[in-house]
Amino acid sequence: MKVPSAIWTMIAGITITLVSLWVGQNHSLMPVAASEEAPRIDALFNTMMTISTGLFLIVQGIIVISIFKFRKRANDNTDGPPIHGNVPLEILWTAIPAVIIMGIGVYSFEIYNSMGGLDPMASHESHVAHKHQAGAAIAASLPSDEPGMAPSKAPGKLVALGVGASPRTQGQDPFVSVNVLGLQFAWIFTYPNSGVTSGELHLPAGKEVELTISASDVIHSLWIPEFRLKQDAIPGRESELRFVPQVVGEYSVVCAELCGSYHGGMKTRVIVQTEEDFQAWLQSQIVAQSEGLETVALNPADLSETDYLQPLAAEMGIDGESLKQLHAEHHLGDRSI
Amino acid sequence: MAQVTEPETDNLGETLAVEAGGHTPWREYFSFSTDHKVIGIQYLVCTFIFYLIGGALATAVRTELATPDSDFVSRELYNGLFTIHATVMIFLWIVPAGTGAFGNYLIPLMIGARDMAFPRLNAIAFWLIPPGGILLLSSFFVGAAGAGWTSYPPLSTTGEKAGEFIWILSVLILGTSSILGGINFLTTILKMRMPGMGLNDMPLFCWAMLAASALILISTPVLAGALILLAFDLIAGTAFFNPMGGGDPVVYQHMFWFYSHPAVYIMILPIFGMISDILPVHARKPIFGYQAIAYSSMAISFLGLIVWAHHMFTSGTPGWLRMFFMVATMIIAVPTGIKVFSWLATVWGGKIRLNSAMLFGLGFVSMFVIGGLSGIMIASVPFDIHVHDTYFIVAHLHYVLFGGSVFGLYAGIYHWFPKMTGRMMNEFLGKLHFVLTFIGFNLCFLPMHYLGLQGMPRRVAEYDPKFATVNLICTVGSYILAVSTFPLIINAVWSWIGGAKASGNPWDALTMEWQTASPPPVENFIGEPVRLTGPYDYGMGDRNSGIPMPESQANTPMLSGGPTVS
Repeated sequence: MKVPSAIWTMIAGITITLVSLWVGQNHSLMPVAASEEAPRIDALFNTMMTISTGLFLIVQGIIVISIFKFRKRANDNTDGPPIHGNVPLEILWTAIPAVIIMGIGVYSFEIYNSMGGLDPMASHESHVAHKHQAGAAIAASLPSDEPGMAPSKAPGKLVALGVGASPRTQGQDPFVSVNVLGLQFAWIFTYPNSGVTSGELHLPAGKEVELTISASDVIHSLWIPEFRLKQDAIPGRESELRFVPQVVGEYSVVCAELCGSYHGGMKTRVIVQTEEDFQAWLQSQIVAQSEGLETVALNPADLSETDYLQPLAAEMGIDGESLKQLHAEHHLGDRSI
Repeated sequence: MAQVTEPETDNLGETLAVEAGGHTPWREYFSFSTDHKVIGIQYLVCTFIFYLIGGALATAVRTELATPDSDFVSRELYNGLFTIHATVMIFLWIVPAGTGAFGNYLIPLMIGARDMAFPRLNAIAFWLIPPGGILLLSSFFVGAAGAGWTSYPPLSTTGEKAGEFIWILSVLILGTSSILGGINFLTTILKMRMPGMGLNDMPLFCWAMLAASALILISTPVLAGALILLAFDLIAGTAFFNPMGGGDPVVYQHMFWFYSHPAVYIMILPIFGMISDILPVHARKPIFGYQAIAYSSMAISFLGLIVWAHHMFTSGTPGWLRMFFMVATMIIAVPTGIKVFSWLATVWGGKIRLNSAMLFGLGFVSMFVIGGLSGIMIASVPFDIHVHDTYFIVAHLHYVLFGGSVFGLYAGIYHWFPKMTGRMMNEFLGKLHFVLTFIGFNLCFLPMHYLGLQGMPRRVAEYDPKFATVNLICTVGSYILAVSTFPLIINAVWSWIGGAKASGNPWDALTMEWQTASPPPVENFIGEPVRLTGPYDYGMGDRNSGIPMPESQANTPMLSGGPTVS
């Protein structure tokens, strides 16, 4: 008995749908989702994988079937049917992609908004305020009352480009603020309210974090794959990345923008800890660094960035050349004021 | 379709003459010839040589990445290798091969013209290519530019200054060549069509070249502007893009991508056109949705101009602007989807001749769709933030530019080789070439999606050892891809010298270039060319009697055989 083509089409449609749904949910292509934002982006990716798998199977299926079913037979030199077009069909396959991309667009918009991408405070542009890394660290080296808490933003301060606060937390200060400086070929993390400077990024789990990212020499890009977040560090500009680390653990911090010969080696760790562990680490760093800087803290104004960072250089894997470039950043800050 | 000019017997006889082919002396190819056919082949051979050089650089890059450590070449040289690889492939292979080679060779033939509108300008455009390319490669002797083909400042102005300046100069020369070509194509297509050929009677390759040429003329000068300013920053100490002097590196990114995103369409649009001409011939069916395909090229051309900032979602782009560019980018999926579905409908129900040209044509559709689907994904801002500047992007762009453009160029070579040389290519070597290319390509680039999603950034000489196995697979794939070019080279050289002689129309195709001798004589047609059918009227007319069915009566095709006009 010859099965009608409509039945075959229906069977194929159901099969493709089921396979696509399965692939979309079981591809295991993403690393662990360690931030509050990551599962949302994974859900978006899963949706796009489902749709893409379906479209892929349809296109490849048509090509493979055509090759076998419509192959020229021996001794058949005739042409195929002279079909020039089919307006309803063309309208249909114009409308379907249009609807699909509209759906993906709206979904992406929702995810992006929920991440804080549309935070109006993050859509203003600011050039790097003069941030004397060493000075800032020394000036704040006296322990504050609440070392984990972020300082309130100065009134009228323009916040930089990037991903800002989610709609839920807009207008509120983040729990922790960290200044991130990218330089060839290392990341330097400064906790401005406690004066701690580190080559590794320590963050508390479940608390909102704000990174203020800048660069001293060339463009870098801070990427934490497990958080699904990335933001360029651009000389002369500040950018912002606000998010909530969620899963305790250690993850890679990668530089994603080509920044010179050792670009591939420019990486460090982000360590997500419980709030208690984070506070303990912060306190230990405050103590250690204030002891280590006891002599220089007396007169920070006379201290160059190179001199300040020299004791830390070995630990961070920064060479002398890179430290010199901090000097350039210092002057850049002067000009932008 | 437009009306057909009734053929006059004398003209018809002249038009269909196939015996007066013009074999070109080899010295002609090394001369300042103004014949568009010679220039087309000059472009094709010259750019193919650069393609081999670019491929060798890519193989060196993949050899470095076979192991996690930076142990094959120095880090500086590694950066130079991938920078020059990308520059060669884009500016010296895909763009000049798609537009310069096939555009030059085919456009006048397809529209029944005797040459391009400005033959000398045409020759100048080609003769800018070899010095531009040699200049670029010479930069290895002084320390090649290592800031990537994007050449973002401040990195590009603080690295190898001599190499970077050579890079800028060579890209300016190649861009100038591109602009001269674009002017020529636009004028030729708009002004030199044979009598009776309206825009809607043109082969779809002409439409695609019209769209690509418009893009070249609008966007390439902006790149030139960006590079000239960059050169000032580099050698004169100005600060257009240098934040130390009040400049802004993000402005460079806007200017660069204003050209370099449309460049993707400059690369792929001619290929779209070639595929639209190749599939109907070998599927023996009219192209499905001629006008939809033609106008979608123009839509892609326009939309391609307003999506550049999707390369900058993680840099200095405000949130609302990211949304605009996301939507604009996604909309391009619609005209592209129209093309893909039309190609599938063309193939469906045909009488497919699965020769080398068709294999690469179908391979193009198949691979390009993968690149297109990942393209929609990375148009989505939240997802792009994760994968931007990672191997996911490397995979995506190679699926579009190798799986798309290069597969299409291969299809074009197999399809038009008989017309260009008067000889047929060897089918066994062609199929071997396809199999090796298909396997090598997918082995090399498919796993890169995974690498990028998992956390491997692009442009790194050293990487996390957990990615070692997958990278090794990619490297093996790249070697297969390198080997895959040998059957093509052997085939082309051997067939050109001693391949079976081709008739004027070995594929029984209906576009005008096949209605003259192979290779065509000087000035293309003996007598005035006359259109007998539309470019895609397969399945109409009476092949046995050799009488084509006039288009005015084409609505009711009477026979399954197509016309034989050669």
